[in-house]
Amino acid sequence: MLDVTHAKRFPVYLIVFLGPAVAVYTLFMIYPLLDSLRLSFFTTTQDNREVFNGVGNFRILLGDSNWAPRFWGALKNNLIFFCVHMLVQNPVGLLIAALLVGNVRGRVFYRTVLFMPTVLSVVIIGFIWQLILSPLWGVTPSILKAVGLGSLFQPWLGLSRSALVTVALISVWQFVGIPMILFYTALIGIPDELLEASRVDGATKLQVFWRIKFPLLLPMVGIVGVLTFVGNFNAFDLIYTMKGALAGPDFSTDIMGTLFYRTFFGQQLQMGNPTMGATVATMMFLVIALGVCLYTLWRRRLQTYQL
Amino acid sequence: MKRGLILALAMVLVVCALPVFAQKVTLTIESWRNDDLSIWSDQIIPVFEKQNPDIHVVFAPTAPAEYNGVLNTKLQGGTAGELITARPFDASLQLFQQHYLADLTNLPGMKNFSPVAKSAWITDDGKSVFAVPMASVIHGFFYNKDIFDQLKLKVPVTKAEFMAVLAAIKKDGRYIPLAMGTSDMWEAATMGFQNIGPNNWKGENGRAALLKGKAKFSDPAYVKTWTELASWAPYMPPGFQSVKYPDSQQLFTLGKAAIYPTGSWEISQFEKDATFKLGIFKPPVEKRGDPVYISDHTDIAMGMNANAKNADAAKKFLQWMTTPEFAALYSNALPGFFTLSNAKISLKNPLANEFLSWRGTSRSTIRNSYQILSRGTPNLENELWRVSAAVINGTMTPVQAGKEIQDGLSKWYKPAM
Repeated sequence: MLDVTHAKRFPVYLIVFLGPAVAVYTLFMIYPLLDSLRLSFFTTTQDNREVFNGVGNFRILLGDSNWAPRFWGALKNNLIFFCVHMLVQNPVGLLIAALLVGNVRGRVFYRTVLFMPTVLSVVIIGFIWQLILSPLWGVTPSILKAVGLGSLFQPWLGLSRSALVTVALISVWQFVGIPMILFYTALIGIPDELLEASRVDGATKLQVFWRIKFPLLLPMVGIVGVLTFVGNFNAFDLIYTMKGALAGPDFSTDIMGTLFYRTFFGQQLQMGNPTMGATVATMMFLVIALGVCLYTLWRRRLQTYQL
Repeated sequence: MKRGLILALAMVLVVCALPVFAQKVTLTIESWRNDDLSIWSDQIIPVFEKQNPDIHVVFAPTAPAEYNGVLNTKLQGGTAGELITARPFDASLQLFQQHYLADLTNLPGMKNFSPVAKSAWITDDGKSVFAVPMASVIHGFFYNKDIFDQLKLKVPVTKAEFMAVLAAIKKDGRYIPLAMGTSDMWEAATMGFQNIGPNNWKGENGRAALLKGKAKFSDPAYVKTWTELASWAPYMPPGFQSVKYPDSQQLFTLGKAAIYPTGSWEISQFEKDATFKLGIFKPPVEKRGDPVYISDHTDIAMGMNANAKNADAAKKFLQWMTTPEFAALYSNALPGFFTLSNAKISLKNPLANEFLSWRGTSRSTIRNSYQILSRGTPNLENELWRVSAAVINGTMTPVQAGKEIQDGLSKWYKPAM
C-alpha cells in the first residue's frame, strides 16, 4: 500500500537533481543547435536584415556551381579521412590492446606512452609532425637517406595526392590511444572461465581471439566506430593548424570543418557568411545524425551475449 | 582602519577629479597594431601633445585577430574611441556605409595624398574619403649581398638576368637560389603573383582595366605572370610544396638561400636575424629601360568615429596626421611601413630608404584583388592563392589558372561599362 501512494506523488527531487544539468545543457547545447538550424533557412540582405529563404541556402550549397564542388569535395575528403581512421586507427588500437592484455613486460609504461599523444594539444602535434616531415629540417629525409631510401622522400604534406592521407595518419597517431583503451577495458572484462574452457577444448590462440574474444568485443567495435565517425566529421583543428583554413593544396585537405570555418568566419578578404555557415553546419549535423542512426539500427540487430 | 578607508576614498576622488580640473580632452585610438604600442605612446603621441597641451591621446590596441569583431561591438554599443584605425577596402567601407565612420573628404590635409593612396578608403564612386591614409608596404626582392659577392653576381634588372642569376646560384650548388614555399599559398599569390605581375599588366592601368571589365585574367599579361612563377619552381628549396612562410624566412636569414621575394615589412625582423649584408632589388622587367611597376600596397589608415564626443580634437589630430612631420615620424619609427603622403621625407634606415626611393623611379599600384573584386563568390583573393600555388606546384597550367580565375570572376562581377 505504502509503495503505491509513493509512486503517485511527483518525485520533486528529480527536478532538483536534473534541473541544473538540463538548464545548462539547454542553454549551451540545445538552444544554439536549434538556432543554427533556424539560421540555415535565412539569408541576410544588403542592409543586414535576416529574411526567410526556405531551402534556398541548401539549394545553393548542394547545387550551385561555386558551392557544390566545395561541399561535395569536403564530404568526399571527410569520408576518406574517416576510412583511414577505420582502417588504421581502430585495427591498430585493437592490436595493441590485444598485445597489452597478454603478459607483456612494462605494460603500464606502454599503455601510458601510447595514450599520451591523445592528451597533447593539436597545435603541438601539428608543429611536431610538420618538423618531422619537413624537407628542410626534418628527420625523415635524413633517416631515409641513411638507409638508402632517400629517393622515396616526398614533401607529403604539400602534395595534393598525399596531403589528406598524411594528415589523417597524423590524426591516427594522435588518437590511437582511445580505441586502444576502450578495447583494452573490454578485453580484460572477458571472464577467464570462457577462455580457459576454450583452451581445454583445444583452441589455438588465434582461434580464441577470433571465436571467443572478438564476438564479445563487437558491441565495443560499434561504439569505437561511431565515436570515430562523430569525431572525424567534426574534425577541424589539426587541418586548420597544418594547412590553414583554405585547406590546400587545391582544397585537397578540405573537410566539413574547414569548409564551415571558412564560410562562417571568412578568410582574408572573404567576408564571413553566417547563414551559409549555418547551412554547412546543418549539413554536418545531418550527416552525423545519419551515421548515428545507422549505428543504432545495426546495434539493435546485433546479438549480444550476457556475461 | 576606518580612517585609512576614508583617506583611500578621498584619494580616489581626487584622482578622478584631476582631469576635470585640468580641462583636458582625451582622445582614444582604436587599433589592431598592438606591436606598435610603445612607438605610439613614446614617440608619436608626445610630439602631438606638446603642440596641443589641451589634448590627451591614448593608444588602445586590441589583438589583431579580434580587432574587427571588438571594434564592431564597441561601435554598436557606442563605446568606441574617437579615432579608429581602418583596415583597407571593404571592411572599412562597410563601417562607413553603416554610418560609424565620419566623412573626411573635406579635411584640408587630404590634398597631401595621391588618388592611389586614398583608393583603399574611398567609396566606389570615388566621392567620399573616410580615413587618413597612413602606410603602405612595398613588394620586392631581398638578396644576400655576401652570396652575390662570393659568386660574383650582378643584381638583376631584367627578367632574363634574374633567371640567369638563379641558374648561376643553382649551378654553384652551395645555396638555394630562391627562398619560397607554396604550403601557405599566400606567398605564391602575394609575394609572387602580386609582386612581379604589375610589370606585366602595367600597374594601375591593368588594374583599372580589370575593374572596368576591359581586361581579363585569361589575358596574356596574367598568363605570362603565372608562367614566370612556374619557372621559379626548379630554383626553390627541395620539397617546396610543404615549405611554409616561417621556413623560407629561416632559410634566408640563416644564409642558406640567396634571394627572397617578399615585401618591406620584413626589414626589422631581417635586420635583427641576418648576420650578412642585406640588399633589395625591384621586380625585374622585360628589357632595360622599361618602366618598373611596384606593388605599393595601401595597408593602414585612420578614420574618425562618426559619433565621436570630441570631434574637434579628433579632427585636429587627423589634420596633424596629414603633415610631413607625422609622415617622417611614423615611417622612421616603423621601417618598412611607408607613409602614403606626398611629402618628401628622409628615412634613417637605409633599406627602408631604398624601398621608399623606388616610388620616385617606378610607378605604384596596389594588389589587384583588393578593391571591389573580392566581394563575390568564389572569392578572388582565395582563388588567386589556390591557383598561384597550384601553378608553381605544377598541378595546373598557367592558361588553366587564368581561365579558372576569370570564369570565377565573371560568375558574379558585372562591371559597369
